[in-house]
Amino acid sequence: MTATTINPAQNAVHDLSQPQLQATFYDLNEHDHPEGGSTMLGFWIYLMSDCLIFAMLFAAYGVLGGSFAAGPGPKDLFELPLVALNTAMLLFSSITYGFAMLAMEKGGKGAVQLWLLVTAVFGIAFLSIEMYEFYHLIHEGATPMRSGFLTAFFSLVGTHGLHVTFGLVWLFTLVVQVGTKGLIPANKRRLMCLSLFWHFLDVVWIGVFTFVYLMGML
Amino acid sequence: MGTQHAHPNPDAHGHEDHGGSHGSMREYVVGFLLSVVLTAIPFWLVMTGAIPDKQTTALVIMAFAIVQIVVHMIYFLHMNTKSENGWTVMALIFTIVIVVIALSGSLWVMYHLNHNMMPMSHDMDMRQVP
Amino acid sequence: MAIEAVDHSHWSPLLGRLWLDALPQEPIVLATFVVVALGGVALVAALTYFKLWGYLWKEWFTSVDHKKIGIMYMVLGLIMFLRGFADAIMMRIQQSIAFNGNEGYLNAHHYDQIFTAHGVIMIFFVAMPFVTGLMNYIVPLQIGARDVSFPFLNNFSFWMTTAGALLVMMSLFIGEFAQTGWLAYPPLSNLAYSPWVGVDYYIWSLQIAGVGTLLSGVNLICTIVKMRAPGMTMMRMPIFTWTSLCTNILIVAAFPVLTAVMTMLSVDRYLGFNFFSNDFGGSPMMYVNLIWIWGHPEVYILILPLFGVFSEVTATFCGKRLFGYSSMVYATLVITILSYLVWLHHFFTMGSGASVNSFFGITTMVISIPTGAKLFNWLFTMYRARIRYELPMMWTVAFMLTFTIGGMTGVMLAIPPADFVLHNSLFLIAHFHNVIIGGVLFGIFAAINYWWPKAFGFKLNDFWGKVSFWLWVPGFWVAFTPLYILGFMGVTRRMRVFDDPSIQIYFVIAAFGAVMIAGGIGAMLVQFAVSIWKREELKDESGDPWQGRTLEWATSSPPPEYNFAFTPIVHDIDAWDDMKRCGVERPVTGFRPIHMPKGTGTGLILAGLSTALGFAMIWYIWWLAAVSFVGIIGYAIFHTFNYKRDYHIPVETVEATEAARTRQLAAAGV
Repeated sequence: MTATTINPAQNAVHDLSQPQLQATFYDLNEHDHPEGGSTMLGFWIYLMSDCLIFAMLFAAYGVLGGSFAAGPGPKDLFELPLVALNTAMLLFSSITYGFAMLAMEKGGKGAVQLWLLVTAVFGIAFLSIEMYEFYHLIHEGATPMRSGFLTAFFSLVGTHGLHVTFGLVWLFTLVVQVGTKGLIPANKRRLMCLSLFWHFLDVVWIGVFTFVYLMGML
Repeated sequence: MGTQHAHPNPDAHGHEDHGGSHGSMREYVVGFLLSVVLTAIPFWLVMTGAIPDKQTTALVIMAFAIVQIVVHMIYFLHMNTKSENGWTVMALIFTIVIVVIALSGSLWVMYHLNHNMMPMSHDMDMRQVP
Repeated sequence: MAIEAVDHSHWSPLLGRLWLDALPQEPIVLATFVVVALGGVALVAALTYFKLWGYLWKEWFTSVDHKKIGIMYMVLGLIMFLRGFADAIMMRIQQSIAFNGNEGYLNAHHYDQIFTAHGVIMIFFVAMPFVTGLMNYIVPLQIGARDVSFPFLNNFSFWMTTAGALLVMMSLFIGEFAQTGWLAYPPLSNLAYSPWVGVDYYIWSLQIAGVGTLLSGVNLICTIVKMRAPGMTMMRMPIFTWTSLCTNILIVAAFPVLTAVMTMLSVDRYLGFNFFSNDFGGSPMMYVNLIWIWGHPEVYILILPLFGVFSEVTATFCGKRLFGYSSMVYATLVITILSYLVWLHHFFTMGSGASVNSFFGITTMVISIPTGAKLFNWLFTMYRARIRYELPMMWTVAFMLTFTIGGMTGVMLAIPPADFVLHNSLFLIAHFHNVIIGGVLFGIFAAINYWWPKAFGFKLNDFWGKVSFWLWVPGFWVAFTPLYILGFMGVTRRMRVFDDPSIQIYFVIAAFGAVMIAGGIGAMLVQFAVSIWKREELKDESGDPWQGRTLEWATSSPPPEYNFAFTPIVHDIDAWDDMKRCGVERPVTGFRPIHMPKGTGTGLILAGLSTALGFAMIWYIWWLAAVSFVGIIGYAIFHTFNYKRDYHIPVETVEATEAARTRQLAAAGV
C-alpha cells in the first residue's frame, strides 16, 4: 500500500494536496474483510480457556488423588488393558479426522462425510468403553461420592468424556451441513475448528492416561 | 468427488489460507505412528514393571507424555510460529505458563496447608507432578 | 449461623421444591416486591402503550452493533448498581444502630444475604458490565474497525450476563440468596449448611454470566489482534485498547477457573461429590485456593480498563501525548502476568506457613511497582500542561489521590504478619472499597462523562456532575475512614450486632458518609435526566468536544452504524490528533457499500433458555431443566444452519449519512 510510505510527521505535510492527504489517511479502496477471518484464532483462544478448565480438574486430582477415605484406590480399580484399548480408539479417531481434513482439502464432500462418520464410530467406541468402566466402578461401590479421589477421578475423566460427547454432536451436525451446503468456506472453517477441538481432546487424554491411570498404578 | 489424485505439490494451496494450517497424509501418518509408539511404551513400562524404581518410571512416562503432546501439536494441530502472525504460539505459551503456575502453585500451597492444618493425617500421598 | 424456622424439604415433580414458602416472608422484602412489581407493571404498560416493543426488539435487543450492546451493558450496570447500593445503605444503617442490645432491623438470615448479594452484584453485575460495556463501545472505534470480530457472540454475551443478573434479582423475591459471603466458601456453601436455594442461585447466576464474560474475552482479543486499521501496529494502539487487550487476556485465562470451581461446588451440592466436603477426603481449603486463583486476576480485570481510561483522559485534558507510552504498555503487561502470582495473599491466615506466605507477600509488594510506574506517567503527563479540569479530569485526579492511598493500605496487607492482624477486619473492607471505588468506580464516572457525548451527541450537564463529584469523593472518605480505624481496633467484617458501644460513633459517621454517597448517586441520576431533557442546549455537533486524540473522536456523535465510511490509515500514536495536525479533510465522495452483520434474536432466546435452565436447576424442577437444556442445544444447532448473517449497507445510505455529517460539521463551524 503506497499510502503508508508517506510519513506526514516528517515530510512537509502542507505540501501535500487534500487528495494526497486523504489517500494517506483513509483507505479509499477498501476490500471487504474476508468473512470469518477471526474464527480460527478465536476458536484457538477458546480452546486455551478450555485447557485451563482441565488444568483445574488436574489440580484437584493432584490434591485429592491420594484421599481414598479408607476406600478403594487406583490399584484396586484401574484396568490398564481397557484403558489402552480406549486410548487406541481415541488415537484412531484422531487420524481418521485427519483423513477427513485431507479429503476436505481435496474438495471431496462424500469422502469428508465418510471419514467424519468413521471418526464418530471410534469416538462412540471410546465413550462406550468409558461408560462400561464407570458402570463397573459404580457397581463395585467405587462411586464418586465415596471419596475425594473418586470425585476427582470421575470429574476429570467424565468432563473429558462430556467434551467428546459434545464433539460428536457437533460432528453429526457437520455431516448434515456438509451434505446440504457442501464444502463452502463457512463449513470448512467449522471443520477446521472441530479438528482443533478433536485433537485437543486427544492431547488432554494423554494427560489423563499418564497422570491418572499409569501413575495411579505405580 | 471421491477419487484421490496426486497434487504436483502437496503443500500448494489454490485458495487463500484463512490462518488454518493443514497437513499432508505423510504428516498425519508419521504423527499417528509416533503417538502409537509413545503410548505403547509407557503402558508397557507400567504394566510389566520393567523399571524397578517407581520414581524413575514416573519421570519416564511423564517425559513420554510431554513428547507425545508436542507430537500432537505439530503433526495433528499443525502448530507453527507463522500461524496467525505468531499469536497462536503466543496464546499457547501464555496458557502453558498460567497452567504451570496454577498447577505447581496449587500443589505447593495445598501441600503446605495440609501439612500445617491437618494434624491427624500423615503426609499426603502426593501425585508426582513437578 | 442462621437457623431457618421454615421447613423447605418438600418436592413435587411439577414444581420441584418451589412452593409457597418461596415467597417473601420478611416485611422489608415483601414491601420491595410490591414496589418492584408495581413499577415493573407500569414499565411494561408504558412500553406497550407507546408501542415500543417492536422498536426495542429490532433496534436494541437483537442488535449486534457493538455500540448498542455497549450501551445496554452500561444500562444493566447502572440498574444493578442501584440494587447493590441499596444493600450497602441497609448494611450501614443496621451497623450504626445495632448496639446496646438493639438487634437492629435485619435478622441474621436477611443480613447475611444482603452482604453476600452486595458483593456478588457489585463485582459481577455492576463492575464487570460497566467495564465490558466501555470496552465494547470504545475499542472498535479506537482501532478504526466497524465492529468486533464476532458480533453475534457479542450480543449473546450481553444477554447471558443479563440472564445471570436476572437470576440474582429473582432470588430476592422467590426463595433466598446465598448467605455465605460473595465467594461462598465451603463447608458453609455445601449442602449440609446451605440446604436451600440460596447458594444454587449464586452458582447458576455466576455460571451463566461467566459464559458471557468468557466469550466476550475471546471476542475482544480477536478484535484487537485482527481488526486494527491499517498502519496501527501494536505500539500505535491507544492505551485504552492496550489495557482492554490485557484485561481480556486475563478474562480468558481466569474465568475458566471460576467455571471449574463453581462446577465442583455444584457437583458437591447436587450429586454428593467430595471436592470440598469435610469428610470422605475432600478439602475445603482447596476451594479457597482455587477460587482466589480466579479472584485475584478478576480485580485486575476490573481495574486495568479504567487505568486505560485515565490514560486517555489525562492525555486529552492535558492537551499532550501521554508520557511514557512504552513504559505504560510494559507496565500493563507486567501487571497482567504478575496478577497470577499473588493470589495467596487473600488467605495468608489459612495456614500455609512462612515460606509460602513470604513468597506471595513479596510478589504482592512487587505488583505495586508497575502500578506506581503508571501513576508517575500520568503525573509526568500533567506536569507543565495546561490542564482543563472538566469532569473526566476531576474524577481522574480524585482517582489518583484515592486509589494511591488504597494501594498503600494494600501493601500493608501484603505483609503476612500485618495481615494476621488485619485479615477479615474492617481494615480489609476499607482497603478494597478504597481501590475499587477510587479506581474502578471513579474511573467509570470519568469514562461516562468523557464518552457520553460520543455515544449520544450531547454533553452531560456540568453542574449536577460537579454536585455528584463533591458528594461522592468526600462521601467516600467519610464512609470508609472510620472503617480503617475500626479495622485497626480489631473489628471483624460482616458483623450484624456489636457488643462494644464505644465504637458506635464510627459506624454512625460511616453511615453519614453512605448518605453523602447516596446524594452523589442521586445527583448523577439527576445529571443524566437534566442532560437528556436539555440535550439540545448541550448538543455537540463536532463529534470531538474535548479535542480528543484517538480515532473514536473522528466519527460523528453518535457514530453511524458502520463507524467509518472509509477505514482510517494510521501513522502514529494518537491517530486522530495526528490527522488533525496534518490537516486532512474527510473524504466526501467515493463511498462504497459497507459489509455489516445482521441482527438476530438467537442470543436473547438462548439466554432466556439458560435462565429457565438455571431456575429449574435451582428449584430441582428436573423436567424443565431437561427441556431447557435440550432447547439450548437444539436452538444453537438450528442457529448454525443459518448461513446468511450479513448484508451490505447500500451506497446511497452511506452517501446520505455522510452528507448529513458534512452539513453538521459545517454548522458546527469545524
